[in-house]
Amino acid sequence: MLPSPESGSEIIVIGGGNAALCAAMSAAEAGARVQLLEAAPRPCRGGNSRHTRNFRCMHKAPNAVLTDVYGEEEYFDDLLKVTAGHTDERLAKLVIRASEGCYAWMQAHGVYFQPSLSGALSLARTNAFFLGGGTALLNAYYRKARALGVTILYEAEVSHLDVQEDKVRELVFTHEGRSRRISPRAVIAASGGFESNPGWLAEAWGPAAKNFITRGTAYNQGMVLKDLLDQGAQSVSDPAQCHAVAIDGRAPKFDGGIVTRLDCVPFSIVVNKNAARFYDEGEDVWPKRYAIWGRLVAAQPDQIAYAIIDSTSLELFMPSVFPPEKADTIEELAVKLGLPPQKLSQTVNAYNAACAPGRFHPSEMDGLATKGLTPPKSNWARALTTPPFYGYSLRTGITFTYLGLKVDEKARVQGANGAVENLWAAGEIMAGSILGQGYLAGIGMTIGTVFGRIAGQEAANYVR
Amino acid sequence: MSGDIMLETRRQIGICNACRYCEGYCSVFPSINLKRNISDADILNLANLCHNCRGCYYACQYIEPHEFALNLPKILAELRQKSWRDHVWPAAFSSIFHSGAMAAGGALIAGFALFIWQARMLRPESGEGFYAAISHAMLLALFLPAFMFALFSVAISLRRYWKSIGGGRISPGDFLFALRMAAGMRDLSGGHGQGCNYEDQDRYSNARRWFHQAAMYGFGLCFAATCAGTVLHYGFDLKAPYALTSLPKLLGISGGVLLCAGTLGLGWLKLKADRNLGAAALWGGEMAFVVLLFTVSLSGLALAAFAANGLTGFLLPLHLGAVLAFFLLVPYSKMIHGFYRFAALLHDAARSRSA
Repeated sequence: MLPSPESGSEIIVIGGGNAALCAAMSAAEAGARVQLLEAAPRPCRGGNSRHTRNFRCMHKAPNAVLTDVYGEEEYFDDLLKVTAGHTDERLAKLVIRASEGCYAWMQAHGVYFQPSLSGALSLARTNAFFLGGGTALLNAYYRKARALGVTILYEAEVSHLDVQEDKVRELVFTHEGRSRRISPRAVIAASGGFESNPGWLAEAWGPAAKNFITRGTAYNQGMVLKDLLDQGAQSVSDPAQCHAVAIDGRAPKFDGGIVTRLDCVPFSIVVNKNAARFYDEGEDVWPKRYAIWGRLVAAQPDQIAYAIIDSTSLELFMPSVFPPEKADTIEELAVKLGLPPQKLSQTVNAYNAACAPGRFHPSEMDGLATKGLTPPKSNWARALTTPPFYGYSLRTGITFTYLGLKVDEKARVQGANGAVENLWAAGEIMAGSILGQGYLAGIGMTIGTVFGRIAGQEAANYVR
Repeated sequence: MSGDIMLETRRQIGICNACRYCEGYCSVFPSINLKRNISDADILNLANLCHNCRGCYYACQYIEPHEFALNLPKILAELRQKSWRDHVWPAAFSSIFHSGAMAAGGALIAGFALFIWQARMLRPESGEGFYAAISHAMLLALFLPAFMFALFSVAISLRRYWKSIGGGRISPGDFLFALRMAAGMRDLSGGHGQGCNYEDQDRYSNARRWFHQAAMYGFGLCFAATCAGTVLHYGFDLKAPYALTSLPKLLGISGGVLLCAGTLGLGWLKLKADRNLGAAALWGGEMAFVVLLFTVSLSGLALAAFAANGLTGFLLPLHLGAVLAFFLLVPYSKMIHGFYRFAALLHDAARSRSA
């Protein structure tokens, strides 16, 4: 007879992404018997981690893949800039300092690194890229976890943690259609945010949410997060905060990942479904404006927008997976995109008339701005006059949500009356403490790795 | 159908070009990223650059059940096979690729029968060692045309392929680069020496690389043994049988052992690997070719070991039959991959240089 899954495990890890695996491996290495409950089926395992490609790593000297140096102060400054100060300095600095040691730890657990990808060279100094990306990293971690004796259940969905007197007494989950109740000695919640839960998104965003696309996993339903918040766990950030970018409007509803991103905005004019412009497309260099366009598009009618370029810009940005619509005239392009042709033609003409000659430089703020146009385009404003013309539809793509559990520096979840004795959290479910808003490329994987390791070690110490 | 393979490959590498996570694995991905609008000719060459290491498949976030349904190793294997068929000379022989298992088996049996018959009917009146069963003139009369025909056929196929991919001038640097890549099987190294994801899903392993090296260098040594024998025969009038410490024997036995181990290992790995990540329809033919090479090496070694024991009557026809079958099938079987792959590496080196 097979042992029942609940027998013998001291620690239950909820989730199957980077943070969950770092926690499971760390706890197992510290001698604990660990079971990991992943909600997704085997081919979809790994949450959003399988779409990642790098982690942000502090380093005092160059190594095989990271150039130059990236110190604690600079790292923290970068974080302050993107979060506008919405960060817990103590936890943030803990993550930053620990990130340095993660590199070797990850290698020791089967991860290979590669030099920065072509098209992402701006991150060569700060971010270490995983060979093959996040899915390859997860494959290595799952193998390592199994080798360390961690048992793994797929399609195991946790619905409830019974917290009584600041202690998790029972855990309820379904597996293979059966509801199970177990009483582990310790629990690590690493089950992500709620970006795949349309109901919850609609609560936070209103009916507009139905037109959002989730860039990552379909399995981040936020059930554990909601269950714990309902039982009085302290929260960080708020439900309306999420990382939202403008992606190709033809992207699949879930798991479109990296290939649906569109970097054409600075070289485009962007119009809404009424063919009217609504924001300065050339406000700043794209990496600094990338994350505001999700919200901008979300605020437009039907949550859709269209980026229009001409043939001179087609090769200035990383390609999306979907080819653009193409036409020899603006009116024809409008018809193909489903926009009012007269109106789009007027918008383009007004924009073209406001463009002035000057030096165009695609990779820096060139100051080539429109004159007398509202809203203005402050850089890269070249008239759209060279056919063929191309158009992409844009939708709001949600990468992750920020609402999370408050934790201390030991990753312990804070209940109404202080720390819950046997409950730790790691990854997206607690990242809002450090990342209150905005985003710093690769820091999600850093937070998951650092807090996953802490949670695993602390939980193992607790059960020993 | 044939047009669909190119279209489907184009669709898949379009996704790869927008993702780029696999850049570090092998030559294929940097080659995909080289140009925004990749030509059919370049895609064709990608198919022959791919060594089917499968690292990209297991790392992919877009394999099924994802709707993008990427399976790059498989579609490139299918396109690769198609490129061999499309360029083969004579064109009428292209169907041999499809009936690979039957062709290899049939050729082996026919070869075996031929040499049994030869030994019965045309046995030389005198001769030492193997020459007691088959005269040197007869060996030459059978093998030289087979070898020359294979060589000629491969040369024409390659010329056609080179034209299809738009191959141009090659610099000495390109040649050295391609030689280094092939000699070290760098494209099976996984980019960091960790190897492939071949026989045990996503686990990295160098087993396939080492077995392939054994087979490749083993084959090279066997070929060198034949050349050494030829030189001794004609240049120095030293005729077989050769002593154990002679150059042909030393080269032949070490090569035979390597080829034997390599093909055995490759066949074993092939049994364990997921057939859906290669050209599944041609699996049997590829396997048959591995078995044929294994037969060549094992029967050769057995001959060296048991020549004095009277088994020659069976082993010699088997070995000669296998070698003849092998030569005849080189242009129409998996064996052709080595020539195309080297051409692909050459062209890619030149293309990267001029980009």
